Amino acid sequence: MILGVSIYEILTVSTIIFFIGLYGFFTRKNLIAMLMSVELILNSAALNFVIINKYLFPEEIGGAIFSIFIIAVAAAETALALAIIINLYRLTMSLKTDEIETLKF
Amino acid sequence: MERIIFYIISLLIIVFAVMAVSNRNLMRSIIYLLFVLIGIAGIYFIIEFYFLGAVQLTVYAGGIIILYVNSIMLVEKINTPLDLAKFWKRLLAGAITFVGTFLTLIAIWSYNFKTVGVEKDTSIREIGNALLGYGDKGYILPFEVISILLLAAMVGAIVIAKTKKDTKYKEQN
Repeated sequence: MILGVSIYEILTVSTIIFFIGLYGFFTRKNLIAMLMSVELILNSAALNFVIINKYLFPEEIGGAIFSIFIIAVAAAETALALAIIINLYRLTMSLKTDEIETLKF
Repeated sequence: MERIIFYIISLLIIVFAVMAVSNRNLMRSIIYLLFVLIGIAGIYFIIEFYFLGAVQLTVYAGGIIILYVNSIMLVEKINTPLDLAKFWKRLLAGAITFVGTFLTLIAIWSYNFKTVGVEKDTSIREIGNALLGYGDKGYILPFEVISILLLAAMVGAIVIAKTKKDTKYKEQN
């Protein structure tokens, strides 16, 4: 618990990070840049879990545990997605979302 | 004091997040993303989840960013700027996210959270006991599921990245 900072302000920060990530996901046209925006969204979700655990249920520990799970799932997702992207780049020599159509076999 | 540090960190996080999604150089925007992740680790440290902050620093700032940097160096020429979306599309996305932020903030600030004023540190021993416990507050089933998921992701990444050599790249050269 931070001295003098209410839960509302921290939730405001995580909301703003979430929607910045959403904006990046809407506007980016490169696959790796879109994946980066997903990382922002996942981070804001993990921050939300931790903050609500700390401020509303300080006796419990579930929020921290699920934050760790979110980080593990994000690591797995990033490794798989980057493997797919590199493979796709070998096939099409491009990472732009409107040029990639080889998955339509 | 903690309050001022929190405000500085959150300002830095928001500024670097905006720069990360709007910069046209992919390598620079990945470095801005690194700053955002370090700032979130700083928030974890301020609210005294030390283990979570350490995990954030090692896995995200240490592992995932390096993975991104390596794959960017593999696939793109670093100096080519990214394509921008059309202007009206950016405007539409900005409007949608702005309205969404506004509505969510209204919903948050109008809800009455019943905060408990108990100060309690979460030690690493407690997290370990919870992860391996099978009692009331035990999380051993999700722990095992996540280990299977990590193994499957590792095998899958190797299988996907290892392909035959007859690609367009070879034809072009």
